[in-house]
Amino acid sequence: MKTLIVAEHDNAALKAATLNAVAAAAALGGEVDILVAGAGCSAAADAAAQVAGVTKVICADNAAYEHQLAENVSLLVAELGADYDNLLAPSTANGKNIMPRVAALLDVGQISDILSIESADTFTRPIYAGNVIATVQSSDAKKVITVRTTAFDAVAAEGGSATVEACAAAHDAGVSQFVREEVAQSDRPELTAASVVISGGRGMQNGDNFSLLEGIADKLNAAIGASRAAVDAGFVPNDYQVGQTGKIVAPDLYIAVGISGAIQHLAGMKDSKVIVAINKDEDAPIFQVADYGLVADLFEALPELEAAI
Amino acid sequence: MKALVAVKRVVDYNVKVRAKADGTDVDLNNVKMAINPFCEIAVEEAVRLKEAGTVTEIVAVSVGEASCQEQIRTALALGADRGIHVEVEGRPEPLTIAKLLKGVVGQESPDLVIMGKQSIDGDNNQTGQMLGALTGMGQGTFASEVKIGEGSVEVMREVDGGLQTVSLTLPAIITTDLRLNEPRYASLPNIMKAKKKPLDTLTPEQLSVSIQTHVTQVGVTPPPERAAGIKVEDVSQLVDKLKNEAKVI
Repeated sequence: MKTLIVAEHDNAALKAATLNAVAAAAALGGEVDILVAGAGCSAAADAAAQVAGVTKVICADNAAYEHQLAENVSLLVAELGADYDNLLAPSTANGKNIMPRVAALLDVGQISDILSIESADTFTRPIYAGNVIATVQSSDAKKVITVRTTAFDAVAAEGGSATVEACAAAHDAGVSQFVREEVAQSDRPELTAASVVISGGRGMQNGDNFSLLEGIADKLNAAIGASRAAVDAGFVPNDYQVGQTGKIVAPDLYIAVGISGAIQHLAGMKDSKVIVAINKDEDAPIFQVADYGLVADLFEALPELEAAI
Repeated sequence: MKALVAVKRVVDYNVKVRAKADGTDVDLNNVKMAINPFCEIAVEEAVRLKEAGTVTEIVAVSVGEASCQEQIRTALALGADRGIHVEVEGRPEPLTIAKLLKGVVGQESPDLVIMGKQSIDGDNNQTGQMLGALTGMGQGTFASEVKIGEGSVEVMREVDGGLQTVSLTLPAIITTDLRLNEPRYASLPNIMKAKKKPLDTLTPEQLSVSIQTHVTQVGVTPPPERAAGIKVEDVSQLVDKLKNEAKVI
């Protein structure tokens, strides 16, 4: 069995989500290769070659792949896919954008967001916002899969010694162009990779009050997240959103502040190891999943918490 | 400019769906059905483009059993001009739906296909991208802003790090994210008018699509339960528990 992983990277560095996908590929067994498609992406390819358990890294360095445009990258992945039994990507915005296109090009189904591997063709995945876990079986000879990163422990980023092979295939579908990107710059850890996450909800009342979370986040080296309600209300940008349609996180410690705990939010954080909820409504559903619940006014509790840690 | 909007009939988002006790499937007896929320955003976007004078005709299409005509009528009440129902039994897979939509795209030649990024039942997030591959069209997935230009469309997309804007040659596919717009409610007069709008039915045979099975659901289980913990009295007790009991700070 041979598995190809479509790497998550920004040309300069390999993103941690790739390591979770490698873990899923290792669970499938057989040879694991990584495709790094980008432009000026040799640093990311070199990093991929260090990942434990990887046999070969395919580096497709071409301007057409610079911004991960799905129309172009999917053509490349579908072509390379001829030599593989499984094509995997982490279930990130890029993975979700590219892989269904690959599946359709290959005329196979896609298994989205797998949580576990039961056998070579059987997987579990969440449906209905995680209210139900489905076991699904693929009858396709070639499998296209996206991996829920929080469900697979990352493999070591170091210790491997894969060969790096350049791939000259240039696919430009010519129907899409990158225009611009507004990427939030932050010194904090990435939301999906942080070991501590502190999130604010509608109870924060406005965007300025998120500064109350910052002092605590600084002390705990935490990432800051938000509920959909807080994002919809314009308190913080969309990339803060934790939930079924936002980011799925599973840190060691998740602190939910002023978040009632809608099912869509719980779907994005309930696999965290320890959950703390601070909310003034003692009946808020968030308390049903919290290990430690504090019924308090967040405007009093947050400064106290910052001072106490 | 013609817009094709795909809508799906799903369990209403307020319903908490559970696995049946025997683990064969989810329990959908007597649950309220509705238009998928992301599809509703897609319809709204098309209607706004029509109100702005960019789009001249909106065709709403749904793939599914006869009952999904209800959701096509909802789209018509919201402002779509006519409907197409592709009649399929059971629960078609994303690839099947994409192939059928490709057939409809072939018949209708829309300039823009707008659909939800995912349906809240299967949570697959596949169909728009698959339709893109099958038709060769560009895709603006997870859209939070759409601007139509000359022969192209600029789509601002919600991605992991923030926002990415791409320009796509028309015809193109857009899949909607939550913040693209806030859908309106259908007014009673519009609901009445929608009953008279044309709605055609097509079969997979008419679209030359043979339905194949790729992924089968073999069972369902409830997710692992997370037990509620304790309520702490104050911040100092919380910090004490986190330090000495959970040992996470």
